Amino acid sequence: MERNKKRKNILKISLASLIIIANLISFTGCAKETANNQGDSGKTEPITILNVSYDPTRELYQEYNEAFVKYWKDKTGQDVTVQQSHGGSGSQARTVIDGNEADVVTLALAYDIDSINKNKEILSKDWQKRLPHNSTPYTSTIVFLVRKGNPKNIKDWDDLARPEVEVITPNPKTSGGARWNYLAAWGYALRKNGNDQEKAKEFVKAIFANVPVLDSGARGSTTTFVERGLGDVLIAWENEALLSLNELDKDKFEIVVPSVSILAEPPVAVVDSVVDKKGTREVAEAYLEYLYSDEGQEIAAKNYYRPRNEEIKKKYASQFPEVELFTIDEVFGGWDKAQKEHFDDGGVFDQIYENK
Amino acid sequence: MAGIVPIQIKTAKTTQAERRAVKGSKLVPVILTTIAILFFVLMLIVPLISVFVKAFEQGANLYFASITDPIALKAIKLTLITIAITVPINTVFGLTAAWAIAKFRFKGKNVLITFIDLPFSISPVVAGLIFVLLFSTSHGLFAPLLNAWGIKIIFAQPGIILATLFVTLPFVARELIPLMEAQGTAEEEAALTLGASGWKTFWLITLPNIKWALLYGIMLTTARAAGEFGAVSVVSGHIRGLTNTVPLHVEILYNEYKFSAAFAVASLLTLIALINLIVKNVAHWKIQQQSKM
Repeated sequence: MERNKKRKNILKISLASLIIIANLISFTGCAKETANNQGDSGKTEPITILNVSYDPTRELYQEYNEAFVKYWKDKTGQDVTVQQSHGGSGSQARTVIDGNEADVVTLALAYDIDSINKNKEILSKDWQKRLPHNSTPYTSTIVFLVRKGNPKNIKDWDDLARPEVEVITPNPKTSGGARWNYLAAWGYALRKNGNDQEKAKEFVKAIFANVPVLDSGARGSTTTFVERGLGDVLIAWENEALLSLNELDKDKFEIVVPSVSILAEPPVAVVDSVVDKKGTREVAEAYLEYLYSDEGQEIAAKNYYRPRNEEIKKKYASQFPEVELFTIDEVFGGWDKAQKEHFDDGGVFDQIYENK
Repeated sequence: MAGIVPIQIKTAKTTQAERRAVKGSKLVPVILTTIAILFFVLMLIVPLISVFVKAFEQGANLYFASITDPIALKAIKLTLITIAITVPINTVFGLTAAWAIAKFRFKGKNVLITFIDLPFSISPVVAGLIFVLLFSTSHGLFAPLLNAWGIKIIFAQPGIILATLFVTLPFVARELIPLMEAQGTAEEEAALTLGASGWKTFWLITLPNIKWALLYGIMLTTARAAGEFGAVSVVSGHIRGLTNTVPLHVEILYNEYKFSAAFAVASLLTLIALINLIVKNVAHWKIQQQSKM
């Protein structure tokens, strides 16, 4: 009897200690929260905002954040810290849906920002009208990165459909860049075949038949092509291709610009429900607006994004070759339609990739 | 914690056939050991060395700059906090669970054993998603509570700690259960009949018997807590300097083409593995020393 009692006591003590530790954790969690939220009371109080972005913008926002912190300090005297998160555009949108408290989202395409609102309205529906140029302060396009000397002689989209060419591109289901890649190829085929959708489908199917591996994000595909040495050609963001060329080995790769490509518009938006809860609206809006300033545009151009500002575009003209660009609205009737037709479950992409 | 297998010394009475069998099999152990060592070198030593080679590729300066970078330090700090919280909790849990399972008979014992093994059989990604389903502030099961109290679990440190707790839960218990079962309850019963209290029995009899297995279980828990990627990646939100642990930081560096820096930070994780190995060997050696006395 005595023994049993003591055993029970031990169990009780261990249970109690477990509960105490569990409580301690939740308390430290709470304490952190309140500390984070205090930033908004006075102008001089330091403030923190979170920018949830897509894969290839790491270098861009690293440089831009430094510039913005300085600009904001000079203007208001307030210290601001910009936290960054990067990943595939679709999966980043997913974390915001799941409750990652982004003050601003800077994603690869408008559809991903729209999809944040799928379950409930997290940001205002008219977000794309709130900033100039469809809320896209910089643009890019889709080009090819090939190995030095262009051994497979790749000049245009047609060469990607040749059976002996191995093509690297990420998965359009998760990667924003990959969706631009896919639509660029589709748009080229339409133009070449007098708007024949069936022929375009055949053409894109032939390209994807040459893809040995679909990474989940643009950066993953770049490392597959550059580091692991897989494939003959990487379909990539122009900014990503220029970056890999300049950051890595200039003697190992070259860029091929196709005859026609798509105007890729990666948009930015303030997440209303988050900034209103945290009281960070003013700084979050200024953060996005400053992307359109001369300094912001210059930083974008330096990081290989095509600036909207014409003067700065001229200054960096040598970096961005002239290429005929079509927009997603012209050819596909906007992102909503393109997404439903091509990338949703059972859409055209599923059809061509499953029957590969 | 394999015991020491006594080598059987053959006496002169061994038969002719036996002698032939022993002679014939002399080559076999040599071949087997060679294969084992080659495999070991190829699969473990070469990758291990290559981590350090790549880490120091651009010099020791870059190596130290990479691991003292403020963001890297924050990742290291977060990993250390995670270890400091998860390891003690899982040690206490593992001890109590193993003790209950090995030394007592009760209803639902097999169910408990199965549940302890659950984190082993669930993919870490699914483990992470479980926490998203529970603690998402927009559609999670506890969303109303979390929003009412203004608590953030996922995409914050508590989520990372919870996910790590989940995946490291079985290690201590799994190390202890077989040993404690093998040892049986005889010594404890003797102590109790001699009038020792439950606590005293635990501290003086049970704990000394299992201490090295316990230590090994703790080391395994620590290694996994430091190295966990999948589950933590799902609940982290990848916010730099805030919710990135060391393994996530390694991935980020790798994706930013900072290969040497990535491997420099990765070498810290490798060091934990090496320390683990040393502690384990010391533990083993200590046991032998003890049994000699």
